[in-house]
Amino acid sequence: MDLLWDGIKEAFRLWIRGDAEIIEITLRTLAVSSLATAVSLLLGVPIGAALALKRFPGRRPLVALVNTGMGMPPVVVGLFVAIMLWRSGPFGGLGLIYTPWAIVIAQFVIAVPLVIGISLAAIQTIDPKLLDQMIALGANRLQLLWLIVREARLGLLAALMAGFGAVISEVGASIMVGGNIAGETRVLTTATVLETSRGRFEVAIALGVMLLVLAYLVNLVFTSAQQRRPA
Amino acid sequence: MISAVMPIPAYRSRLGARLALAGLVALTLLVLACRPAPPAPRGDLILATTTSVQDSGLLEALIPVFEAGVNVNVKPVAVGTGAALRLAEEGNADALFVHAPDAERALVGAGHAYNRHLVAYNDFVIVGPRADPANIAGDTDAATAFTAIAATEARFISRGDDSGTHKRERAIWAEARIVPGDSWYAESGQGMGATLTIADQKLAYVLTDRGTFLALSDDVDLIPLVEGDPALLNLYSVLQVSPAKLGVNALAAVAWIEFMLSEEAQAIINDFRRDEFGRPLFHAAAGLQEAEVIERFTVQAADG
Repeated sequence: MDLLWDGIKEAFRLWIRGDAEIIEITLRTLAVSSLATAVSLLLGVPIGAALALKRFPGRRPLVALVNTGMGMPPVVVGLFVAIMLWRSGPFGGLGLIYTPWAIVIAQFVIAVPLVIGISLAAIQTIDPKLLDQMIALGANRLQLLWLIVREARLGLLAALMAGFGAVISEVGASIMVGGNIAGETRVLTTATVLETSRGRFEVAIALGVMLLVLAYLVNLVFTSAQQRRPA
Repeated sequence: MISAVMPIPAYRSRLGARLALAGLVALTLLVLACRPAPPAPRGDLILATTTSVQDSGLLEALIPVFEAGVNVNVKPVAVGTGAALRLAEEGNADALFVHAPDAERALVGAGHAYNRHLVAYNDFVIVGPRADPANIAGDTDAATAFTAIAATEARFISRGDDSGTHKRERAIWAEARIVPGDSWYAESGQGMGATLTIADQKLAYVLTDRGTFLALSDDVDLIPLVEGDPALLNLYSVLQVSPAKLGVNALAAVAWIEFMLSEEAQAIINDFRRDEFGRPLFHAAAGLQEAEVIERFTVQAADG
């Protein structure tokens, strides 16, 4: 138990001192995971809406595929993204491997099925009569999408939180495609792994606490948006 | 062939001679112009390396010094030696800093890498719980100690990750003519630091490199039991990946190897955390042959 205490104390010491490396790692983590979540939201919500509202052949196997993707192990994603981005891979020429962009890509792949799956479920709960009514009243596509987003607000914010939660806590893919390079691709989870294997447990605990606090703060913002009474 | 059989008109031959002369002068100028400024290494250098040099912190001591001297950004990717060699084989890395001499020679032999130089050495140690259930303390032969561990079925944790350390461990089992794998033997599948922590928690024996063990010695209650056997010598080399592979930054790889052989880098290696532990974690080895290192190692071991 002493170790845990020391770790928590170390966390506060690092924050108060404003340790440059920790701040840099924290900011990178936040930037990479936010970007990956944002892109997965931009692409995932329209796909989720289409899967929820449109009826077409092959829809069910597709939805099953999305639901499987929701449980995709990050290391498997990491392996495939790495094979794609390595110099020997088809996108090797882009030089993205071992850059933060590679982590964004991998995290996007991890988050997008979650966003599609949860937004699909949320949008399906909207009363189809409401949509028919709007169409009858002459709403255009954009107005319709806006209505869907408003009606499914709670579910879409849940999708956002699930996506963000999955990618910020993920380590397998980040370490594989990012390489855990100091000053370039080291994020909170990969730094925690490294410090643990170095036996610097206090620093590892400090990083872990940092990650928890960061995830909590971000979710607090989302949750207050979700739970706010509609004006 | 055609010009050899066909008679060349005199005026054309004069023109040809002039052109040839002009070309020669131009070429000479070009060569002279190029010589003072050979192409400078730049860009990213993907350095496939082992967890032991990262976990001990040696890489962080070396890389900034290297980067200060050249316009190259090092991207160290610390993986097990097995993975590092694969990265090189596929051309997914530019240079290597690894410790698996046999596998390195095979890699060079297959044409995937070359320019191999010994840069450092330290040693492996068999560490274990203070109780020492297999009674191996003080053994000077690694294979004998492994035989005793197997005979008493004392718990042993292997890296199991095809790293340089794991390769060495398997070599010692082979020398002892034992195929480990019963319930007393477990593979962690993780880096050296994590494996030492596991061995510590499970009161198990483990083969570790000296550097990582010293770095973790405050945190684990394992003690060194067998050391000094030439079979426990740990040789670190640098290599460059064959430039025939797509996208390999050969210039940066050459610069890295030159740096690692420089007096500056060798001094960093030799002094690395020496004061902290009262003994060196790594010994400089640039310019030495393997046989010379073995000789030095045996002498050092005899001196205690």
